[in-house]
Amino acid sequence: MTQLPQSTDRKLGLVIDLDTCVGCHACVISCKGWNTENYGSALSDTDAYGPDVSGTFLNRVHSYEVKPETGPAQLIHFPKSCLHCEDAPCVTVCPTGASYKRTADGIVLVNEDACIGCGLCAWACPYGARELDAVAGVMKKCTLCIDRIYNENLPKEDQIPACVRTCPSGARHFGDFADPNSNVSKLTAERGGMDLMPEQGTRPTNKYLPPRPKDCSGEINTLAPMLEPVATDGKGFVGWLDKMLSALPGGNA
Amino acid sequence: MHPAKSVIIFTTLSGIGFGMLFFIGLGMIVPEGLMAFIWFAIAYLFAVGGLIASTFHLKHPERALGAFTQWKTSWLSREGVLAVITLLVMAAYGAGLVFLGTRFAYLGYAGSLLSVLTVFATSMIYAQLKTVPRWRDFSTPLMFLGYAGAGGSLMTGQVDYALALLALAGLLQLLNWMRGDGALGKSGSDIGTATGLGTAAQVRAFEPPHTGTNYLLKEMVYIVGRKHAGRLRILSLLMGIGLPILLLLAPFGHLLAALAILSHIVGVFASRWLFFAQAEHVVGLYYGKR
Repeated sequence: MTQLPQSTDRKLGLVIDLDTCVGCHACVISCKGWNTENYGSALSDTDAYGPDVSGTFLNRVHSYEVKPETGPAQLIHFPKSCLHCEDAPCVTVCPTGASYKRTADGIVLVNEDACIGCGLCAWACPYGARELDAVAGVMKKCTLCIDRIYNENLPKEDQIPACVRTCPSGARHFGDFADPNSNVSKLTAERGGMDLMPEQGTRPTNKYLPPRPKDCSGEINTLAPMLEPVATDGKGFVGWLDKMLSALPGGNA
Repeated sequence: MHPAKSVIIFTTLSGIGFGMLFFIGLGMIVPEGLMAFIWFAIAYLFAVGGLIASTFHLKHPERALGAFTQWKTSWLSREGVLAVITLLVMAAYGAGLVFLGTRFAYLGYAGSLLSVLTVFATSMIYAQLKTVPRWRDFSTPLMFLGYAGAGGSLMTGQVDYALALLALAGLLQLLNWMRGDGALGKSGSDIGTATGLGTAAQVRAFEPPHTGTNYLLKEMVYIVGRKHAGRLRILSLLMGIGLPILLLLAPFGHLLAALAILSHIVGVFASRWLFFAQAEHVVGLYYGKR
């Protein structure tokens, strides 16, 4: 069970566009909602209304400041969830076989009935994609909304992961990376989709599209507000007003 | 990493227990009858006690039997399987000594080899993790084996071996600290590779995803008590290695031997606490922490 498949028939995953993500956290909330009401045990909160609030989430949005060598700094919103790695270290360390990678579509799942809650898979994941639920005592992780994408009781447009369905800025895309003509494969090729921590050797399925560089409209002089007024030869009403005001006490006529 | 009491007790006690079984299996001491029973009871108390402690950190210990199934890929599963086989083989060896007054030497040798493999498997649970660069080093299994050997020889009264193995364990401990201190920096992972947004100097964690704490931070970005790390290291070496060596060099007495053992165990507990508390997980990079 915990032996990884040599290859999977499909490679379902997400493309996350760091250029268009606005950091609204709607994907975080829709993920928590869907995965609390559906497959597996609920994503619990502890001390939800107290001072020490904590909870289980399968998707979280960080924000980073990036200061390039030239040009202005950028604020990048950075959603992070399970990357459904091809060499998933979380799967092979599992002692019970509760963690596994599906041969059909490459989705990494946890069989909650076999999970002993040892937490070793969460230690093995470099991305912090797995969280041990404090109430259920089993490991929770992104299922790629397996109970939506194959659910024919849902309208066609809803048969995608909840985070993708919700995203108001179109920053999340769902598809099959094994198909070179899929939306996600094309996006990855066109925009230079990248792996997170490639040096960890996990070969993530999910790809991140780098933010495009900001437009540069030349240098902005931070001393500009302190400069002398530019117009010294005002004409008409403005010129008259300038003369009158300058003649008043405190003026610089 | 969060230094869970259950895991510190598990690795320390079971290391000493399997270390004892290693020396007993080799025939360094060949007790018979009731004495044999007492020796084995002590060794099993440590080995099994440690293993039982390890189940305390499981959230669903009632499903623990499943952990014996995935030995093909999982070091945690291998550790469980090897521990049980070792205890069964040594139980048969012990039964020969206790009830028949006979030493089945080859059973003992097999038990010794299995004891080494069990401690090695325990260390590999940690040394296998690429996500914790401090642990992923050849010195980690060597240090675990060194401590188990030192504790085992100390407990079985092998003074000459204990002196040598205590010194060796101390050196391996120093090696593990020296190599571990720069490991995160040398791992090639930083906030730049974690986010893919540029070099580490260019990227700064601006706002975390949540206002409170969470499982990831509690479990893997444990930083409490790191400020005392230097003093604890010295204390751990003095208690775990230095004092036991001095006590062994003094004329042998049961009280001194007991003191040496007690001091050694306290020192190893401190070392294990540091092993976890000082270990940085790369997920901390996403939070701008280490």
